[in-house]
Amino acid sequence: MIEEIRFSKEHEWVVIEEGLARIGISDFAQKQLGDIVSVELPKIGSKFKQMQPMAIIDSIKASSDIYCPLSGEVVEINEGLLEHPEWINQSPYELGWIAKINPSDIKEFGSMMTKEQYENFVGKIK
Amino acid sequence: MKLIFEYEEQTTGYLSDENISIGLPNELIRNELPLPNVSEIEVIRHYTNLSKKNFGVDLGFYPLGSCTMKYNPKINEDVAALEGFRNLHPLSKENCIQGSLQLMWELEQYLKEITGMDTFSLQPAAGAQGELLGLMIAKVYFKQKNKKRAKVIIPDSAHGTNPATAAMCKYETIVIPSDIRGNIDLQKFKQSLNDEIAVVMLTNPNTLGLFEENILEVCDLAHNNGTLMYCDGANMNALLGITRPGDQGFDMIHLNLHKSFSTPHGGGGPGAGVLGVKSFLSDYLPLPRIIKQNNKYIFDNTKEKSVGKIRSFYGNFGMLVRACSYIMSWGSNIRKVSEHAVLNANYLLSLLKEVYDLPYNRKCAHEFVISSEKFGEKSALNIAKRLLDYGFHPPTIYFPLIVQEALMIEPTETESKETLDRFAFVLRSIAHELRENPQVVNGAPYTTPVGRLDEITAARKPNLRWAPPK
Repeated sequence: MIEEIRFSKEHEWVVIEEGLARIGISDFAQKQLGDIVSVELPKIGSKFKQMQPMAIIDSIKASSDIYCPLSGEVVEINEGLLEHPEWINQSPYELGWIAKINPSDIKEFGSMMTKEQYENFVGKIK
Repeated sequence: MKLIFEYEEQTTGYLSDENISIGLPNELIRNELPLPNVSEIEVIRHYTNLSKKNFGVDLGFYPLGSCTMKYNPKINEDVAALEGFRNLHPLSKENCIQGSLQLMWELEQYLKEITGMDTFSLQPAAGAQGELLGLMIAKVYFKQKNKKRAKVIIPDSAHGTNPATAAMCKYETIVIPSDIRGNIDLQKFKQSLNDEIAVVMLTNPNTLGLFEENILEVCDLAHNNGTLMYCDGANMNALLGITRPGDQGFDMIHLNLHKSFSTPHGGGGPGAGVLGVKSFLSDYLPLPRIIKQNNKYIFDNTKEKSVGKIRSFYGNFGMLVRACSYIMSWGSNIRKVSEHAVLNANYLLSLLKEVYDLPYNRKCAHEFVISSEKFGEKSALNIAKRLLDYGFHPPTIYFPLIVQEALMIEPTETESKETLDRFAFVLRSIAHELRENPQVVNGAPYTTPVGRLDEITAARKPNLRWAPPK
């Protein structure tokens, strides 16, 4: 797992790379959802406030909102997911990233859960 | 089995129906239509053979949770086939169709008595449309009171149609978790109630098959907050003649006539999701309403507050006839339907709870949810597929979402103890297979016409229709 990674209560992860926030869903989340069959990505240029729904993931079991863990504007999306939604199952932190946003308030990142806090949080859900 | 397009291009030696003269002028007869070149008898055989591969409750046990796949008594079909009902024209004048109007009016009276509501609309064609109508009414109700209420409370065990309906009506959904007994969490519910909440949508018994133990308090809290209580009546098969949602404090309820009231479903409908409301909401129901005046039944189009029409004409009339036939057959004994449904579910649960896990250790209502989590990932799916080899329709799986590897089983009142014993024996055998020889279960089914389907690839790369080979 990458070092500087933070998590939301809705199981999104964020890594900051060159000032941009790369976003995806956690390994725990992809396991809960089961086999993912389609992903609806946000549009480049769309703006979200922290924890607004930004994408939709359909799995064999359910359809789930994905929340934007930081406020900001979408600058890049992982279009490969449209053809290969299974990447989120196979590689949630690498191939399966969903979008990159330009965060408007980087302080929000600091308030998200660390890896240890998230693992603790997930342990309680189980 | 072949597709109809894969039959031989040319067949010979039979008396072709092309010899039948239908008197079309020559210039209108075309030969280049891209249709399969098959004779009438081949078409009949093809589709009759396909129909033999169908599964329905008339062929075997169908314990699909939350769907109430009970036997649909054939007397309903006899009644619906009566000339006067069958050949009814929807544009007929009131005085020509008094019998049909009387049937709808009387059905409303029965449903009022069963649910404790004051008025019904028979228009909605499915449960989800009943929900939509309910929230449309709530929207107009608050608008006319000049109240801005933009949120709907829904527990995390709810049917997916509840938040979908809220979204259709542009309401924001507030999800309330379930507590350790499977009820809506009362503390969290209290914290979420405020003057923005328009409606609370609850299913009772809920999708875990558990009666909401705090239902009276929940309704009181909501009403003191000025909030409407909506009952998703999908699980009414547990309550007939025993308790009434109207008495519990609900202001609206939809009933799935195709579930509790034995009209056929499972092949895409048609359904009937009639909506009942308390009197203070009656004027909002769709038009026309059927009323009785001077011993005649007439359409009433006078209610100005009405939300309008939600379905062409008067709903799926044939389903209303069948439901009415069902209710009249049972009469005041209808309570026995639910008593037996609850008894059957608890009996089956008692046979299974040692082998599978019971997430909420309570007596169930008309259905129950067990978990196969201890048998590993995808075990519920594999068990469902293995059941096909034993000739049973699988239960609902992976719902409600709050139970891991969920199997949701609804036996209904129309199954015998012997059938339930056989089903339990098979589910216990599959548990044994999962321990001793899991690959047998994981590769199932083996006896169905097409073997194990790959639904993941089917969803990722859907191939929806036949196309001519290039």
